[in-house]
Amino acid sequence: MRQVRHIFKREFGVYFVSPIAYIVISIFLIVTGWFFFTTFFLYSQANVRNFFALLPITFSFVVPAVTMRLFSEELNIGSYETLLTMPVTFLDVALGKFLAAVVFVGAMLVPTLAYPITVSFLGQLDWGPVVGGYIGAMLLGAAFSAIGVFASSLTRNQIIAFIIGMAICFSLTLIDKMLFFLPQSMIGVLEYLGADFHFENISKGVIDSRDILYFLSVSFVGLYGAHLAMREKN
Amino acid sequence: MIHVERLTKYYRDLCAVDQINFDVHKGEILGLLGPNGAGKTTTLRMLSGFLRPTSGSIRVKDYTVDQHALEIKRLLGYLPESAPLYHEMLVYDYLDFVANIRELYGEEKRARIRHVADLCGVNEVMHQPIGELSKGYKQRVGLAHAMMNDPEILVFDEPTSGLDPNQIVEIREIIRQIGKEKTVVLSTHILSEAEATCDRVVIINRGKIVADGSTETLKQSASGEYLVNISLQNARFESVKRELHSMDGIAGIVLTNMEQEEDGDILHVRLTCQSSEDLRGDIYRKIKQTDWVLLELQRETKTLENVFRELTRES
Repeated sequence: MRQVRHIFKREFGVYFVSPIAYIVISIFLIVTGWFFFTTFFLYSQANVRNFFALLPITFSFVVPAVTMRLFSEELNIGSYETLLTMPVTFLDVALGKFLAAVVFVGAMLVPTLAYPITVSFLGQLDWGPVVGGYIGAMLLGAAFSAIGVFASSLTRNQIIAFIIGMAICFSLTLIDKMLFFLPQSMIGVLEYLGADFHFENISKGVIDSRDILYFLSVSFVGLYGAHLAMREKN
Repeated sequence: MIHVERLTKYYRDLCAVDQINFDVHKGEILGLLGPNGAGKTTTLRMLSGFLRPTSGSIRVKDYTVDQHALEIKRLLGYLPESAPLYHEMLVYDYLDFVANIRELYGEEKRARIRHVADLCGVNEVMHQPIGELSKGYKQRVGLAHAMMNDPEILVFDEPTSGLDPNQIVEIREIIRQIGKEKTVVLSTHILSEAEATCDRVVIINRGKIVADGSTETLKQSASGEYLVNISLQNARFESVKRELHSMDGIAGIVLTNMEQEEDGDILHVRLTCQSSEDLRGDIYRKIKQTDWVLLELQRETKTLENVFRELTRES
């Protein structure tokens, strides 16, 4: 398990060696900042609920872009072979890569702390939902990262990995908005599958073990799927 | 050191390696030879623990691949074909990463990185990204990667493919240096390379082992056949054929060339000899009894190339 640390360090470092990190972070900040502040003054309410409400959709695009290279690039240049013939297990590799993506998502969220801080100067900000929102954002980021890792393990083409990852994350986000098409009996189950549904609860400041369990299980399923996909290859 | 038994690998329905058995002894340089697609890379990948065998067993020292994969990986240094390394990393960072994964720390790590960098000659590119290196340097970084944990066994998949002749000589020199103390398994389809670097050669064709032995024994045992070329003046081919055909052990007589000269035509004749003994003396004595002039008598040594072609020819 000590190997997880080294893999994590390498993967996290690579993000900042290439321009990917800076591009992704800039786009993320521009998009969230723009959508948040264009409507912020119309409501004249001192909260950042709109920022968090939009997060599942932006994450559906941004997180797969962060994770797309994790396995695809290794498969493409063949370095996976050099890596796996050193004394590491798949679990070390997958956890290291997954954690690198999660921490990167965290790093991406750090500059957004400027929003609640700005808002707190403008009026009475309730910090409870903000803290909940950030905890939820990290959990959501972890779940989407695991899905991205899975998508990346399917193909050696990063673009395809991005599109598959985005499609899955997007479906999970939108599933509870589409429920009115479906019969009453299925709504309960499908609603539970929606990432947005669980994220909304947490970002209101309500930290429920069911929601946490949901994000942890999505993460687990994603990483296990990656394990199966990579095992199939050898 | 390494014991491979009934090793088989299927890719879906395609059989890449078919029940092969071989042993590698301590301190030996073993060459895995074969045409493209014969199963060399697959065999090495299974040896290195990257691919799981469909059936059969690989034992390295006292460890088996299915139970002690990590222990075997610790004993082994592996360089895949064309050294696939992380392009965006600097050479030093990469070697540092490898040393960390190999669980070397502190002063020991720095000393080890210096040592392998010296051995493989990558000191002058330490601070360049791997992606910008020439193929030869990339291969050297790959060798340094494989040497990092001072492994007892080194596995190289086509270590000289795609290099220019100078680089090939350099890489071979490094491998021979390494091979003095370590057990080395390498694959190649370049025969002169196997002859130059390997103590023993295993020839694989279509997933099966067709020959196993030192290059010398392979050359001899191939079929017990060899060729003798003679050049004669003042002789006619019909009479040469008649005279020599009566000798034991000569299976074929072919006229390869004929030169017109003023003082008699020169015949170049190739004799195919099927005998374990050297027939050149007998041929000379036979010719001495006639009035032909013997200009040349030369035995053609069988090259590994002939052996290889014979063994791997499409039937």
